[in-house]
Amino acid sequence: MSKFRVANRGRVDTSRPVSFTFDGKPYKGFAGDTVASALLANGVHLMGRSFKYHRPRGAVAAGSEEPNALIGTRRGPGRFEPNTRATVQEVWDGLETNSQNKYPSLKFDVGAVNDAAYMLFSAGFYYKTFMWPKSFWDKVYEPFIRAAAGLGVSPTEPDPDHYASRNLHCDVLVIGAGPTGLAAARAAAIDGLRVVLVDENSEMGGTLLSEPQAEINGTAAWQWLEQELAELKSMGVKIMTRTTAIGYYHQNLIGLVEKLTDHLQVLPADMPRERMWRIRATQVVLAQGALEKPLVFDGNDRPGVMLAGSAQTYLNRYGVKVGNRPVILTSHDSAWFSAFDLHDAGAKVQAIVDTRPQVRDDLIEAARKRGIPVKLRHTATATSGRLRVSSIRINPVNGDTVGAAEMISCDAVLMSGGWTPSLHLFSHTKGKLAWDDTQTTFLPKDTPEDCVIAGASRGLWGIEAALNDGAAKGREVALALGKSADALEFAVTHDRAGNGVSHKELPTDRSPGKAKAFVDYQNDVTAKDLRLAVREGMRSIEHVKRYTTNGMATDQGKMSNINGLNIAADALGKKPPQVGLTTFRPPYTPTTFGAFAGYHRGTHFELTRKTQIDPWAEAKGAVFEPVGQWRRAWYFPKPGEDMEAAVRRECVATRKSVGIFDASTLGKIEVVGPDAVEFMNRMYTNPWTKLKPGRCRYGLLCGDDGYIRDDGVIGRLTEDKFHVTTTTGGAARVLNMMEDYLQTEWSDLNVWLTSTTEQWSTIALNGPNAAKLLAPLVEGVELTDEAFPHMSCVDCTVAGMPARLFRVSFTGEIGFEVNVPAPMGAKLWDILWDAGQQYDITPYGTETMHVLRAEKGFIIVGQDTDGTVTPYDAGQAWAVGKNKPDFVGMRGLARPDLTAQGRKQLVGLLTDDRSKLEEGAQIVLDPNQPIPMKMVGHVTSSYTSDAVGQPIALALVEGGHDRMGETVHIPMLDRTISAKVTSVTFFDPDNARLKI
Amino acid sequence: MLLIHCPYCDETLPELEFTHAGEAHIARPENHGGLSDSDWESYLFIRTNVKGPQYERWRHLHGCGRFFNAVRNTVTDRFLTTYKADEPRPELSTLTGDEK
Repeated sequence: MSKFRVANRGRVDTSRPVSFTFDGKPYKGFAGDTVASALLANGVHLMGRSFKYHRPRGAVAAGSEEPNALIGTRRGPGRFEPNTRATVQEVWDGLETNSQNKYPSLKFDVGAVNDAAYMLFSAGFYYKTFMWPKSFWDKVYEPFIRAAAGLGVSPTEPDPDHYASRNLHCDVLVIGAGPTGLAAARAAAIDGLRVVLVDENSEMGGTLLSEPQAEINGTAAWQWLEQELAELKSMGVKIMTRTTAIGYYHQNLIGLVEKLTDHLQVLPADMPRERMWRIRATQVVLAQGALEKPLVFDGNDRPGVMLAGSAQTYLNRYGVKVGNRPVILTSHDSAWFSAFDLHDAGAKVQAIVDTRPQVRDDLIEAARKRGIPVKLRHTATATSGRLRVSSIRINPVNGDTVGAAEMISCDAVLMSGGWTPSLHLFSHTKGKLAWDDTQTTFLPKDTPEDCVIAGASRGLWGIEAALNDGAAKGREVALALGKSADALEFAVTHDRAGNGVSHKELPTDRSPGKAKAFVDYQNDVTAKDLRLAVREGMRSIEHVKRYTTNGMATDQGKMSNINGLNIAADALGKKPPQVGLTTFRPPYTPTTFGAFAGYHRGTHFELTRKTQIDPWAEAKGAVFEPVGQWRRAWYFPKPGEDMEAAVRRECVATRKSVGIFDASTLGKIEVVGPDAVEFMNRMYTNPWTKLKPGRCRYGLLCGDDGYIRDDGVIGRLTEDKFHVTTTTGGAARVLNMMEDYLQTEWSDLNVWLTSTTEQWSTIALNGPNAAKLLAPLVEGVELTDEAFPHMSCVDCTVAGMPARLFRVSFTGEIGFEVNVPAPMGAKLWDILWDAGQQYDITPYGTETMHVLRAEKGFIIVGQDTDGTVTPYDAGQAWAVGKNKPDFVGMRGLARPDLTAQGRKQLVGLLTDDRSKLEEGAQIVLDPNQPIPMKMVGHVTSSYTSDAVGQPIALALVEGGHDRMGETVHIPMLDRTISAKVTSVTFFDPDNARLKI
Repeated sequence: MLLIHCPYCDETLPELEFTHAGEAHIARPENHGGLSDSDWESYLFIRTNVKGPQYERWRHLHGCGRFFNAVRNTVTDRFLTTYKADEPRPELSTLTGDEK
């Protein structure tokens, strides 16, 4: 056993030693140790370097609030995590840990020159110090700051672990399993109420684990704890350790992260590393206790300077003396007990230094009995020691006068500035806080949630008060749920309730401007920084926080908030409640991305919708692209072909003979009912009354603002039934819009809307031989121009399957779209594929579809339109019904802006040098004008076109319809391209090719 | 995540099943031919954006599919009530408690 390990103290299992490494050096600990407790047992206080100044730092706390002792942990490839709190990470045999933010080594770090340049790095330094020359920012200042400041390094390998998500409903959730939470759970667990008790620590008990001297109703604390936990389990209470309540969301939804494997030497097969619980609790009891505050004085961050309560935890829970010659520095009674416990464990306490003029007699007496020197009404003004504190400088204080200094040699300084109720989760509920002048802290007031807060989190100190308050609050929530039981009562002996005073920075006889008196350890913020921020004009505490970074990031002000507030309020000359507190935000402690992502990673990140024909395309070697949530075949490269070659081949083959295309992803909505035609008249810009059953029409959908929302071919199957197609990505949006108007504006219409997108497999055949290929397979209709002209639809039979056949063309060729019940799609595709061999049938993907439609000037909504394009802008005035009393968008189209001259209009572009334009490229009228040039539009679509014989492009250009034949210019990085404005229809303008 | 009561299903369900659909009680003008540009502008674009109880529309998208109305306090993010689309706008003074 090391000289800092105390025999017969603590809860670690001394029969189970473990070895781990820190910065490559092996250390011994015991099962039950944290990395911090095990290092401290080995006399190691230096555990890291600070964020900005690279100052040597050690553990200042013993729990999740630790700001300094942040380490990297590793368990083989991929399993590396930075910024783990050494005070929380449990040790196991083989654990590798490393310190952070140091180079070349923790003991000698060149970054520590920042500490010497302290005056340079004060609050807001990055707004001031590195202002000029401007060009230095990107190349010199920012890389330097990023390299010098910071925490751990992000892992670079994929995380091999998996993470789970679960939901849970319960009657009562108790957060925190100290005495308050234990008693609350016990009081609430009556009459079948489902109670869940969670705690972030590896063991339940909270304060009880650090105060074994207490006796509860005559039973020693640890024995009582064991009995109580067994009793709670037998009552059906769900007890969750290593489970952190990270956030309190609306209506009692609490996010919990349960850590399952980080403490295990051997990873169980298939066990998730963490589990995110979403708990919906009818009632919540917050019992998170209180966090101890540091005192703010020069050198209060040296390794070996730590919180007195944490030292007590290290001693009583882990059996570790944090020092053999500690000095206690306090403004609160609680630290005196740390002194007594350490003395009783064999340490030689050098002095108890208390800032207060008077302290309870029993404490003075207990100190005197142990021979511990007591210094009342003293301040601390400095510490020394390079990598570990070796002495503290204290001075007597008399009113405003700081007297002569005295040095006390020591190996630890245990400080206490009093306690701050943990109000993080309470604040997440939008709970209101009220300033308490006697305790100089904020206490919880009201919350809109069904939640109570108990024990130390509402300012009650001592185990007895905590137990009784917890029991009372547990009973209260049970009553709210309609269950009542007798009140529980607790009497505690050897309780350590006490009180104290709260300070801003401690008074000093030296220049306060030179003091490195830290308020926020994690962000390296000093008292001087806070005062500087106020001097430089920050008035709101939120501005002070952001200017100095006090209480920001993962720390969320657990240690720094109240000290920061006291100092800022003093600098502002205001009372703390007038200044107010900054907002606590979730998560309570740093949470892994894995826990948030849960199952949603890799291929499970988002669902992938596949058509029935997808396996065929995959087997054919198709390259896919995502469209909406669909995976669509993009093109079908043959061996040796790149995308350009494949698409050109597909285009030529389709225009020459026949191409086959999977159009199943098209959105499909069936509009049915006696008022279906009236509904269609009102929704779409086109007139529908005169469309005969069996005929189709291109439909254009606008919003009431007059802008194009969607388009698609719509077939009227019978008087009262329309088959509406939408864009692939727009299906859900269009149905939602239709439902909105139908339900809320036109509820008088008798119409049903049904999404049929996934009910049909849709196969498109296009090309001069499309009819020849299809005709022999079709029963019920003759595929001639007379019997079934372009823009017809019919329910018939194709290859023996019930089918809904459309004669439509998105390519300018003879075209058919065959819809069959979805599961029959693959079979039909095979039949058409076999039958098409005699015509050299070619499968094509979405890219070829885009080229072929662009050659004909057909728009793609969302590519050639952007939400500010009207039917007139798009050259589709013909699709707007002129004699309808109303349709969605009618009034909008008459808005002054939409009828104004000079709107951007869709036109074709042909480049003079026959080069292909870039989609998104900006267009100007005069290429010689000074920069910045006036941009008059942009290229929306651009393709290589063999049918046209040169590349083609579509573009939105100001006043474009009046610029036919004019030349516009497209400036690129290396040159300016000129192009002629043309009609959007590049190919077969007379539609001669549609005839069979 | 909010819990929302669907007045058609008469069940209180998680927010995930619902979509927000903008401010409520903004009727599309019936005879908009004679409507001035500024009136049409108001209908299209101008919303009250209250700090406090706000009338708004929701849709039980992943449930019954119905649009309905609600009063939600935009400060506390609490629903005061939900009601069917054809029901009259409730007076704020009649809405006291939170809807759970």
